[in-house]
Amino acid sequence: MKGTSVWFLFIAMAVGTFALRFSFIYLFGKVDMPDWLRNALKFVPASVLAALVFPALVYSEGALDVSLNNIRLLAGIGGALVAWRTKNVMWTIIVGMVLFWLLGSL
Amino acid sequence: MKSKQKDFLSGARDSLPILLGVAPFGLICSVAAISVGLTPFEATGMSFVVFAGASQLAVLQLLGEGTVWIVMVLTTWVINLRFTMYSASLAPYLQTEPVLRKIPFVYALSDQAFGVSMTKFANEVPKNPAWYFYGSVSIIWFTWMISAIIGALLGALIPASWGLDFAFPLSFLALMFAAIKDKATVVAALVGGGTAILVKGLPYNLGLILAATLGIAAGVFAEKKMGGAK
Repeated sequence: MKGTSVWFLFIAMAVGTFALRFSFIYLFGKVDMPDWLRNALKFVPASVLAALVFPALVYSEGALDVSLNNIRLLAGIGGALVAWRTKNVMWTIIVGMVLFWLLGSL
Repeated sequence: MKSKQKDFLSGARDSLPILLGVAPFGLICSVAAISVGLTPFEATGMSFVVFAGASQLAVLQLLGEGTVWIVMVLTTWVINLRFTMYSASLAPYLQTEPVLRKIPFVYALSDQAFGVSMTKFANEVPKNPAWYFYGSVSIIWFTWMISAIIGALLGALIPASWGLDFAFPLSFLALMFAAIKDKATVVAALVGGGTAILVKGLPYNLGLILAATLGIAAGVFAEKKMGGAK
């Protein structure tokens, strides 16, 4: 995907995202958010983010690899500890990348 | 007018500490965009048009894997579903504002502006809560865009051999732990993540949407079972 088509992608992302942001601010007084929906939405970030992270750590070059040879998994576990303690994106990246480089150079 | 300005400024001032987290994240989004082959202009444009970091990073990862665009768009919408919660919580404070004035600030609504504003409103509602929110949104938006531009310029200097694509899962890890608040969210993460491993082979990364949906369902179910226990 190159050139003009990435702009179509950005616009499609943005239009939907704006609609989500505006949704209940616009609908205020007309429609209330149903409780079941409010309840389900609480779980969106944890679920989606885990679905992005887990495969990226346990797959190495397209194959499942949960051994000590998988440096992404090892560095990811180190990063996860930092993420758990700090909840900070920058520190997690710094520690995880340093581990990734160190393990890769062994 | 005077009190509106005052509330705008105090919203901006109360957001200062959180900018320390906003700036690096804007930087990372641009560097990530460059690393999958976008130009500095496209990288900055993405942050300007979409202005939702977590979904941008997710799409950039998918873009790097050569995913069809419909899955990238759906992934964005799923990740950004949380904004409907913010929208519902903020709505009462914005109801007296004219729609046209609200639009630019609604576009720039962020996790951080929501967090700062709702924390304030829970303790003490300012005279013009909408303007407090506008102040917070504005300073966060400017910080993000400046850091996105800097990241786009720096990104081109970083060689591919650094394996910076690994920064994607690392950034998601930090966001995931920030999103885990109780046992039910742990269940949602484990089921979402576990399913994603099992269904990775599905075409077009559709497994991501399936895994996220099952994770959400598991979280709702776990919370019911535990009666909302922490």
